Amino acid sequence: MDKTRLLAMALSLGLFLAVVACESLFPDNIEPEKLLGEPILELTPEQQQSHAKGDTEFGRVFGVVDGLGPIFVSTSCESCHIGDGKGHPSTSLTRFNRQDGLDFDPMISVGASQLQHRAITGYTPETLPTDIKGSTRLTPPAVGGLGYLAAVSDADILAMADPHDLNGDGISGVPNYFPAPDFFEPEKFHLPDAAGRYIGRFGKKAGAIDLLQQVANAYLLDMGITSEFLRTDLYNEQLGNHTGDNIPDPEVPGSVVRNVVLYMRTLKVPPRRNARQPEVLAGEQLFIQLGCAKCHVPTLKTGLSDIAALSIQTFHPYTDLLLHDMGPALDDNYTEGSARTSEWRTAPLWGLGLAAEAQGRQVFYLHDGRARTLPEAIQYHGGEAANSRIKFTALPTPNQKELLSFLQSL
Amino acid sequence: MKEILLAGYKWLLLGLLLMGGFPGLAQIDSAWSRIATDTSQNKVVQDAIYNRPFIQLGKTTTAVGGYLEGNTNYFVTDGISEGYSMELRRFNIFLYSTIARRIKFLSELEFEHGTKEIGLETAQLDFEINPAFNLRMGILVVPIGAFNQNHDSPKWEFIERPLVTTNLIPSTLSEVGFGIHGKVYAPQKVFTYDVYLVNGLQDGLILNAEGRTSLPAGKDPSMFGQDNNGRPMLSAKLAFRHRKLGEVGISYYGGAYNAYKIDGMPVTSKKNLALYALDFNTTLGRAVVNGEFAHARLQLPPALGPAFGNRQTGGYLEVVYTVLQKTLLDYPKTALNANLRIEMVDYNVGRLSETGTRRHDDIRAIVPGLSIRPSANTVIRANYRYHWTRDLLGNPPARTGGFQVGFASYF
Repeated sequence: MDKTRLLAMALSLGLFLAVVACESLFPDNIEPEKLLGEPILELTPEQQQSHAKGDTEFGRVFGVVDGLGPIFVSTSCESCHIGDGKGHPSTSLTRFNRQDGLDFDPMISVGASQLQHRAITGYTPETLPTDIKGSTRLTPPAVGGLGYLAAVSDADILAMADPHDLNGDGISGVPNYFPAPDFFEPEKFHLPDAAGRYIGRFGKKAGAIDLLQQVANAYLLDMGITSEFLRTDLYNEQLGNHTGDNIPDPEVPGSVVRNVVLYMRTLKVPPRRNARQPEVLAGEQLFIQLGCAKCHVPTLKTGLSDIAALSIQTFHPYTDLLLHDMGPALDDNYTEGSARTSEWRTAPLWGLGLAAEAQGRQVFYLHDGRARTLPEAIQYHGGEAANSRIKFTALPTPNQKELLSFLQSL
Repeated sequence: MKEILLAGYKWLLLGLLLMGGFPGLAQIDSAWSRIATDTSQNKVVQDAIYNRPFIQLGKTTTAVGGYLEGNTNYFVTDGISEGYSMELRRFNIFLYSTIARRIKFLSELEFEHGTKEIGLETAQLDFEINPAFNLRMGILVVPIGAFNQNHDSPKWEFIERPLVTTNLIPSTLSEVGFGIHGKVYAPQKVFTYDVYLVNGLQDGLILNAEGRTSLPAGKDPSMFGQDNNGRPMLSAKLAFRHRKLGEVGISYYGGAYNAYKIDGMPVTSKKNLALYALDFNTTLGRAVVNGEFAHARLQLPPALGPAFGNRQTGGYLEVVYTVLQKTLLDYPKTALNANLRIEMVDYNVGRLSETGTRRHDDIRAIVPGLSIRPSANTVIRANYRYHWTRDLLGNPPARTGGFQVGFASYF
């Protein structure tokens, strides 16, 4: 055999070996403790399949030919909830209203209450009305673990409420009640009040009762996509342009919305990191001692759920799903439902230390991303949280670091 | 109408093939004659669409040709793989005819991924008045960059086309249009030019299923039938080739892309696209170096959102080094090449207005590989590919690595 043939055979063999043996040339898995957007491990094969379908729909980008708009905020779920993590100020949305004392005007005649500041060709986007009394910018929340929050019973939420601060600790959690939409399907654990309203638990003002309402609203109000649940396209009320786009409604079937709901219900909770480190454990104790845990309740439990993996589970979101007065620094004079303008739903703190993984290696905390560090975010806490803030500020620097290490571990 | 044309084209090809396959029935010269050409050699990019092997039927003026391309893929993204897959990327058929001494017809029908996508990529007439002045009309391959005009798979040593030529320049970009082209010769060198008016890319450049500004998404089947705004786009290229130094070209493609009028009534303001490209190739000893860089600027509707960039840029550089060329496995002049390509595309150049931080949304890749050419018109190739994809905010990139093995051959 001549040298040439040998060379050719050696090259072929080398190539073959490279193909079958170079595992190290393939990128490794992302470290599990940094992964968001993964499904709960205990799902059934059918649930995993639906989760995967929902994942695809969550990433689907809507174009003009798909029914986007005519006025809209974003083009896909994932473009705001990048990597299922905490959103960025560049993807925030604007809401507005007029609130004079107790007189609340949602400003429906000018397209309340979410500003649709983008439009497809041939349509005009909305502009912020000049006679508003309040507006706020809201960064998108992380979506991991929402299925657990959805499965907490109303009774458990009400058990944490103390609207009149009867225990005198300065903390008065209040549920935000809303009339349910026509398509709301109450679970056994949903408890209406005397007026037939239900407790909101999703959104920064707890404006959505369940994930179906949250997702159907997002399709319509964020992307201008009509569904079986909300069938009428948006239009620019400010111009009196009462026409939708040219795509027949509904633009997505109900099954698409339900798959996205199931996807969100079955995302695992944000993973903890370094939870056993002494500094973190010390910080956790300080978190309780400073009273932070009175609103950012560490542990909740789910009730019975049609998804076995979500049934009777204990989890650690660091929220009570109730409204609290956060003081003037965080009062945007904007409200939803029965919340006062200074009241916000306690933000779940899980995933706090992973914010930078989804926000472009930087962090933007609080409802509008205004705080660039955790201490800065704490300094914005007023109202019911003022005492905790004062105690944090008074801590020696090493103790402050312990508390911050704990928060970073969430 | 397009379906009728395609059907007619297919029947014509079938007839020609049958005549070649059954020479007794054809009652003419019993053999096809091959018009050989070495497509692996560098020639003027402008001539690439004619620099193909054709099979001529007897003494007729018509010739046919084509190529086939397939490969296997195995990729892993952040530890997750879909496994192995095989694909037949393209099966293209050319039909060439010298209608008169200086009138030429060329067409190309493309089947992508089996019969998933079928398209008429070229159907053009060339009228030569002088080598320096030719008229061209029909469905033509737009002269933006070099790859778009010189895209036949058997000419390339890598399985994937360069990202800048697919994700920024939407190769293969064929358009209905007309214009002029020509060459001016001088000792050792040649200048070429192309100037065409074409219907142009359309509104899908924005608010498309890509979720970003995307020139490929601006293609629309209706481009072959009607301009969406009544204002053709301009495509122009100037190139210079020196026999020893190689070739360099600069090109432009642009104009209004949006339908800013409906029934003559303005519904929005006119939005323009400007795409610039620089391409070059040269031979350094046993190495052939190819490169292409492109930059796009677009006017966008106000408040379209940060995901839609008004500037995109990208490029690639590749080296094909002939390790040996000799008789291998009884194939004379077989060439064995070692290849390397580096490339990137930034889909969204600029900064986020809300935070002042850089917009990302980019991809970078490095692709080493080997290729064997048992004949000039056939290539068997394998490459490893590693690329990094970053989202708009610049979060940790998704990393993809994998192997591809494939082939491409003219026939």
